[in-house]
Amino acid sequence: MSLLRLEPRGQASKAMVYATPLLAVALTLASGFILFLLLGFDPLKALYAFFVAPLTSTRGVGELIVKATPLVLCAVGLAIGFRANVWNIGAEGQLTIGAITGGGLALAFYGDGGWWLLPLMVIGGAAGGAAWAAVPAFLRLRFNASEILTSLMLNYVALLLLNYLVHGPFRDPDGFAFPESRLFEADAVMPILWSGTRVHLGALFALLAVAGGWVLMARTFIGFQIKVIGLTPAAAGYAGFDQKRIIWFALLLSGALAGLAGMGEVAGPIGQINASISPGYGYTAIIVAFLGRLHPVGILLAGLLMALSFIGGEAAQIAMNLPKAITGVFQGMLLFFLLASDVLIRYRVRFGARRAVA
Amino acid sequence: MHSHAETIPPDAAPPRLELRGITKRFPGCLANDHVDLILKPGEIHALLGENGAGKSTLVKMIYGVLHADSGVMLWQGKETTVPNPAGARKLGIGMVFQHFSLFDTLTVTENIALGLDEAGPMEALAERIRTVSERYGLALDPARHVFHLSVGERQRVEIVRCLLQDPKLLIMDEPTSVLTPQEAAKLFETLRRLAAEGCTILYISHKLEEIRALCSRATVLRAGKVVGACDPRQETARGLAEMMMGAELAIPERPPQAQAGAPRLSVRHLSTTSANPFATNLKDVSFEVRAGEILGIAGVAGNGQAELMAALSGETLIADATSVVIEGTAAGQLGPRARRALGLAFVPEERLGRGAVPELSLSENALLSGYAREPLVRGGMVHFARARAYAETIIKGFNVVAHGHRAEARSLSGGNLQKFIIGREILQRPKLLVVGQPTWGVDAGAAAAIHKALIGLARSGAAVLVISQDLDELFVLSDRISVLFHGRLSDSRPTHETSVERIGLLMGGLFGTPPDEDGEIVRAV
Ligand SMILES: Nc1ncnc2c1ncn2[C@@H]1O[C@H](COP(=O)(O)OP(=O)(O)OP(=O)(O)O)[C@@H](O)[C@H]1O
Ligand SMILES: [Mg+2]
Repeated sequence: MSLLRLEPRGQASKAMVYATPLLAVALTLASGFILFLLLGFDPLKALYAFFVAPLTSTRGVGELIVKATPLVLCAVGLAIGFRANVWNIGAEGQLTIGAITGGGLALAFYGDGGWWLLPLMVIGGAAGGAAWAAVPAFLRLRFNASEILTSLMLNYVALLLLNYLVHGPFRDPDGFAFPESRLFEADAVMPILWSGTRVHLGALFALLAVAGGWVLMARTFIGFQIKVIGLTPAAAGYAGFDQKRIIWFALLLSGALAGLAGMGEVAGPIGQINASISPGYGYTAIIVAFLGRLHPVGILLAGLLMALSFIGGEAAQIAMNLPKAITGVFQGMLLFFLLASDVLIRYRVRFGARRAVA
Repeated sequence: MHSHAETIPPDAAPPRLELRGITKRFPGCLANDHVDLILKPGEIHALLGENGAGKSTLVKMIYGVLHADSGVMLWQGKETTVPNPAGARKLGIGMVFQHFSLFDTLTVTENIALGLDEAGPMEALAERIRTVSERYGLALDPARHVFHLSVGERQRVEIVRCLLQDPKLLIMDEPTSVLTPQEAAKLFETLRRLAAEGCTILYISHKLEEIRALCSRATVLRAGKVVGACDPRQETARGLAEMMMGAELAIPERPPQAQAGAPRLSVRHLSTTSANPFATNLKDVSFEVRAGEILGIAGVAGNGQAELMAALSGETLIADATSVVIEGTAAGQLGPRARRALGLAFVPEERLGRGAVPELSLSENALLSGYAREPLVRGGMVHFARARAYAETIIKGFNVVAHGHRAEARSLSGGNLQKFIIGREILQRPKLLVVGQPTWGVDAGAAAAIHKALIGLARSGAAVLVISQDLDELFVLSDRISVLFHGRLSDSRPTHETSVERIGLLMGGLFGTPPDEDGEIVRAV
């Protein structure tokens, strides 16, 4: 018999559902404060360096958008799947494959590109990500294999594939054996949307994905089916919704968006294919999706917040000589507090073993 | 007699439970309005009222699931607040809910253990469950998983769970709606015995004959207010119904059937083999439902009803496509969507969680099956204005008491949700309607309205199949009746040529071969 148990509290209010992300942010900041204090840093200065300083320059805001772009793209797709109980954990791999296929096209047509090359890369990147996500979809429907495991394992496969390619076929012939490709030529690079920053066309795609995701979930019949399947699978069966089609749809869509994000990275800020395309965008996007309450607009805000944790972490490393792990610590705390406050809103904790009824 | 109830002599035992001025408001509706109630030790007290009158709300407050906005509760004479169900159980209050709260993937024993505050070792608990369920005539296998159980069996789990705790006050919110007459009769014996042992029973049911047979007092709610009290044994069922409604009850007539038309549904030699070892496989079931008629299938829950419903709706596909023919099309291999396109509409017995999505609004729930035959979706986009209008049409046409089309399905009272679902299916003007337990938990007035709508639908040329274990209902509705027992279906008999007794015997497993006129039962199955 455990000493700690959870008791349901009755209904959780709508307001609380939206308040918990804010609560989680506040708790993360408070814990960060204590953490910095214990580590012997000036907590206010550290938090300022982490969360505020990056936003005081044009370049900083631009970087925020650059980082938020792949996060939002991946998270919008993931959230649509999560709503239908399709647990795609493989955005990282799908992003990597999108970078390989999209970027691969840039390399394949190196030297004889044209206006058509970038649109082709967009399609190629999205198709690559979707194809990678099709594997878990097929395995789930054919063999009833959990997509959580298969999509996660495929992340490692994708990363190994990338490593092989940059050490072999994709390697820059004039690059002194560095594991990276040539720099993409101008036709294969995402146009910059905001001069003086690295904000590129991908940011527009991310905004379109947010708008499209909203329309899909709020207005279309497919979105309705996704909601019903996620909430009450038996009712979906009764209504005659095709769960297989929805599983395919959710995985292909999230794969395509992740692939697009990966392509945007190599054709955007990176400008070539190398071995470190993503600092874990695909994983962080899972946090973004939940922090944004699986709602496209929430995801946009959450994506910006998480992007801030990336660039704030970098800035704090430089300015205060903080360890690199600080970014992961903050992201982890944020997810932890979000999940914890969710639980505490639905349940109350009781101490002590259950007492017998007289 | 009852005038004394309000003024208790000082030496008499205090009432087991007294409520004074209990009020509960939900957004947009006053569910309980200054309700007073006195429950004496050892009495079986009925709580009556139409769908949405506030009965469930009131008992949920007694059990600590909801909390009153104002008012006082006295337990054995002492003022008490019940913070939560655990607190209620500590006082000695047990409750069987209208909608069950069981975990599908757990066994009966595990489910019951979760609801007990002191479960003890599992084997011992399983033994206790077996003993109690046998003693009270509620057959139950403790080791079975809940998802294998029929609705009726699930309810038994809930009842046994309460009985295990030796409650001083037992609240039953429509416990018999899905029990067979025999099961119900056994339950009544149990309840009478419990009452004789001093346990108070607060009993909610829409089956007024039951109330008359069981209860010695009744409190009547209407729109959240207490509008009267009576001794149900002194009243007729019709009188009770009219007291609840505050109006006259119109019982629908079944006009004689015009010539039955072409078969809209033919089932031929339908057999199922389920991977689930606890399913009741259908064995060579054949029947036809023709345009303009209502066929009733009687039977005790768990005899293959769930399997038959799934085979008809398309939720399970049949290997031999020709064993289910809808409107001349072999449909055994078609899914629910394609069958709806052929003209099928469908009301499952499980309304919350299959027939409706609890968290979604009524307009979204109107879309759930309405998309198939109403112009609610255009070019992949949901036409929300039309879905809303459709929901409003259902709400108006079937007198659903709800806070508009925005109300979540789960906020509706049980009977009102049923009216909504039936309305949603009937208003699609189906060519073939399959209904499971159409008036489970529906009040007398609404049941009459649903019956009228079903009869009207059939008389307008649709074929209607009703699967129910309520024989009275089947005799009101059906043109012909068959009985499902252990997965086999008896031949159908015109309703006027058979009797409740005879069908009751068939439900118990005595199939005549053939059931001849003088009622000789030739063979026991
Ligand atoms: N959570 C809720 N939110 C809003 N309204 C609610 C909620 N629960 C119940 N109601 C409303 O309160 C009223 C009383 O509901 P209640 O469930 O108590 O009725 P009932 O008498 O048990 O009816 P039935 O016989 O159909 O079960 C109804 O109008 C219902 O719509
Ligand atoms: Mg009720």
